[in-house]
Amino acid sequence: MSERAAEPLSTTSDWDFNLIREYDQAIGVIAQEFGLDTYPNQIEIISSEQMMDAYASVGMPLGYNHWSYGKQFLSVEQSYKRGQMGLAYEIVINSNPCIAYLMEENSMMMQALVIAHACYGHNSFFKGNYLFRAWTDATSIIDYLVFAKNYIARCEERHGVGAVEEILDSCHAIMNYGVDRYKRPYPLSTHEESEKQREREEYLQKQVNDLWRTIPAGEKANEECTAPRFPSEPQENLLYFFEKNAPLLEPWQREVIRIVRKIAQYFYPQRQTQVMNEGWACYWHHFILNTMYDRGLVTEGFMMEFMQSHSSVIYQPPYNSPYFSGINPYTLGFHMMTDIRRICEHPTAEDRDWFPDIAGSDWQKTLDFAMRNFKDESFILQFLSPKLMRDLKLFTILDDDRKDDIEVMSIHDEPGFKTVRETLSAQYNLGNREPNIQVFNVDLRGDRSLTLHHYRFERKPLDEKTANEVLRHVHRLWGFDVHLYSIEDEHVKQEFHCPDLSVPLSNNKAG
Amino acid sequence: MSYVIDRRLNSKKKSMVNRQRFLRRYRKHIKKAVSDAVDKRSITDVESGENISIPSRDISEPIFHHGDGGKNTRVLPGNDQFVSGDHIPRPEGGGGGGGSGSGASDQGEGEDDFVFQISQEEFLNFLFEDLALPNLVKRQLSGNEEFELRRAGISNEGSPGKVNIIRSLRSANSRRIALTAKKRRRLAEIEEQLESLRKAGGKAEDNKLLALEEEAKVLRAKIHRIPWLDDFDLKYNLHVKHPIPTSKAVMFCLMDVSGSMDQATKDLAKRFFLLLYLFLQRNYEKTEVVFIRHHTSAKEVDEQEFFYSRETGGTIVSSALKLMDDVLQTRYPAGEWNIYGAQASDGDNWNDDSEVCYKLLTEKLLPKLQYFSYIEITSREHQALWHAYEQVMSDFPHTFAMKQLSNVGDIYPVFRQLFQKKTV
Repeated sequence: MSERAAEPLSTTSDWDFNLIREYDQAIGVIAQEFGLDTYPNQIEIISSEQMMDAYASVGMPLGYNHWSYGKQFLSVEQSYKRGQMGLAYEIVINSNPCIAYLMEENSMMMQALVIAHACYGHNSFFKGNYLFRAWTDATSIIDYLVFAKNYIARCEERHGVGAVEEILDSCHAIMNYGVDRYKRPYPLSTHEESEKQREREEYLQKQVNDLWRTIPAGEKANEECTAPRFPSEPQENLLYFFEKNAPLLEPWQREVIRIVRKIAQYFYPQRQTQVMNEGWACYWHHFILNTMYDRGLVTEGFMMEFMQSHSSVIYQPPYNSPYFSGINPYTLGFHMMTDIRRICEHPTAEDRDWFPDIAGSDWQKTLDFAMRNFKDESFILQFLSPKLMRDLKLFTILDDDRKDDIEVMSIHDEPGFKTVRETLSAQYNLGNREPNIQVFNVDLRGDRSLTLHHYRFERKPLDEKTANEVLRHVHRLWGFDVHLYSIEDEHVKQEFHCPDLSVPLSNNKAG
Repeated sequence: MSYVIDRRLNSKKKSMVNRQRFLRRYRKHIKKAVSDAVDKRSITDVESGENISIPSRDISEPIFHHGDGGKNTRVLPGNDQFVSGDHIPRPEGGGGGGGSGSGASDQGEGEDDFVFQISQEEFLNFLFEDLALPNLVKRQLSGNEEFELRRAGISNEGSPGKVNIIRSLRSANSRRIALTAKKRRRLAEIEEQLESLRKAGGKAEDNKLLALEEEAKVLRAKIHRIPWLDDFDLKYNLHVKHPIPTSKAVMFCLMDVSGSMDQATKDLAKRFFLLLYLFLQRNYEKTEVVFIRHHTSAKEVDEQEFFYSRETGGTIVSSALKLMDDVLQTRYPAGEWNIYGAQASDGDNWNDDSEVCYKLLTEKLLPKLQYFSYIEITSREHQALWHAYEQVMSDFPHTFAMKQLSNVGDIYPVFRQLFQKKTV
């Protein structure tokens, strides 16, 4: 441990640029000492209005234009003006250098907290976690966003805002189904991306044309029963499937689909690591600021303000509170990280029983290992300890529509720990949260209709109203009839068609 | 390694385009909200924007998600009473916590309206969309009382405050170069000779040397005497006055205040005048309003008196038209002003007067006017005035319009009809 500083870095809550640099340096030293490996930081001070802009573009530093971002902006602006919502103190972008936005309204304590949280916590997570390493490329994302913005602007000039908007609307509707789970993309610079895009355009069009060749290949009898299905394997990446195979799309429309798909892919790791990412960042801001206090770099007043803010961030309202809206990822993540350290440093007999591998090990190494190699689902399954379940008083309920009431399956006691942990872990499995929908078949020899299958999980049905609306978007992309069957134990439980088979095509959008 | 960047001076309006896209996409909804707001709004309130609310379901972005039903398991925190195997009755209407995480609860709130604010500017844009002032192009006049200064190059004369330093020094420099060129050339020659003489071992007392040195001295003095900056070096920025073309309009509000007009009727009239005023303001840089009220005789009054004081007695409409003509002749020459008239009345008039009105309008007023609109606020049978005005309308179909309205809800539609963009 280094020596106590002679006097704190600052004593008031005002900040200036020099102070921010000094704090950042002090925080950086501690972060390095404890082995946080980060991208370089680019700390940008912005005003609250700019923060609303950043919000509206879902945290992307630059995005293409679309009305939905305008809607987002209006609603943020409205609730901020009415005082219903405070703005986040910070937004951080997974890029290299790692861009973090700090609001000018923050006090010095908040700026320091945010620097520790975002610029060292989230930053090191982005750099270290396996999902981010595999699925995103921090050095090329800004380039790609520039390319996307320019490309879409050019399409708007050439084909009209309306036409581009339609395609984007449809893509956004199935954006969650535009994600590859098992392939590694490789980074491209703006220039390479434009080059590739042109080649791709020509090549793809040829491919598709060949697929839909209409020249008769001799008079063959209908061999539908023996004909191979297309695609031969069900496809879960709908956007990819449309980009490559939808017969009627123009080259530029395929490229737009690709752009939405790429962006969905970029955000895919974030959706799977919320608890871990926030927990990791909270753990480190808490640790770093406390270390700063121990070394005399900050005052007691600073710490009071910090503790107040920290504890409100990690507050978890109980299930029966009016403020309850699910499990707070900050709370769960922070406590799990802290708990892992406890297990390493002061393991109890119970811990030795449950976590023989890590009990008594070096906490820094263990924490680092946990951060690098897990996502929310596996992280909880691996590291949620009985003690923490007791502390948070977690319990599992089962709501089965075949039963009259809700049943408490298990609680935080010896027989219940395993179930609670498994259920909580499953709760963070994106595959369970979102309906599992796949491209099943295309009627190549007939009406070119597309068949999608929804495989039910725990008998959960599809929401009918939105399913019909989304199907209209799918129909726009595919260009021919689309059928969606919701399947449970090989029985079709729900079916959706677009255009609707039973009633004449009607537009139920309110006028 | 960190870089700290101050971005606060960057533009704040990054979302502007997206916001516009949103407004354009839902213009139908917004227009409806705007026209509703016109009816509800206090008449004096023209400064503020407007809250627009659109049903959320109309603007939702659909995605696939689970519906209610099936088997849902959930982990909840803060257990205070349950043990394994407890049964809890299903909460009413809750649907049993379908799904988990915040994504689902966002969807759950879908029934609220989506509310946001538009600025006054946007409010008026939507309000007057597709409307046009008839005959607007006729008089885009250049005014003669307002000027702006524009740069018009460089001049040799001007006030000290407008000295163009760069130009002045440049011309001084060139003058000095020009005036001394010959002398400097000679000086250089002399110095060269002196140098070579000295090298050759010439003595200081040598006559030739002395003469050359003398000449050099004179030349240096001469060069030195050229002034560094002379009067005629000075250059000044030149600004000239340009008249700013302005378009100006005057709006005449004519209203019947006889006993038959009650406050409610006057409110309707006021709303109509107000709309017209806002509309004119958007089209002209300068808009003046003249209020004329009348019963048996007409009087020019201020706004307060126009709308709120009450008189009784009969009605002679022509008196107002006559006064309007007088005011026009004295204060608003038709060559300089765009003139609009709006008249509101309940349709009552002195029996023989309608004929006079017809004459006044067709012969004196309408030839000078851009547009004259008449609204009759009544639900009764039309009387002589209406019929007389119908005559006017058939004579001047492009500059005269008349409509009838009976309640607040009619005002905006009627206004729209009167100023509908006409496709030629």
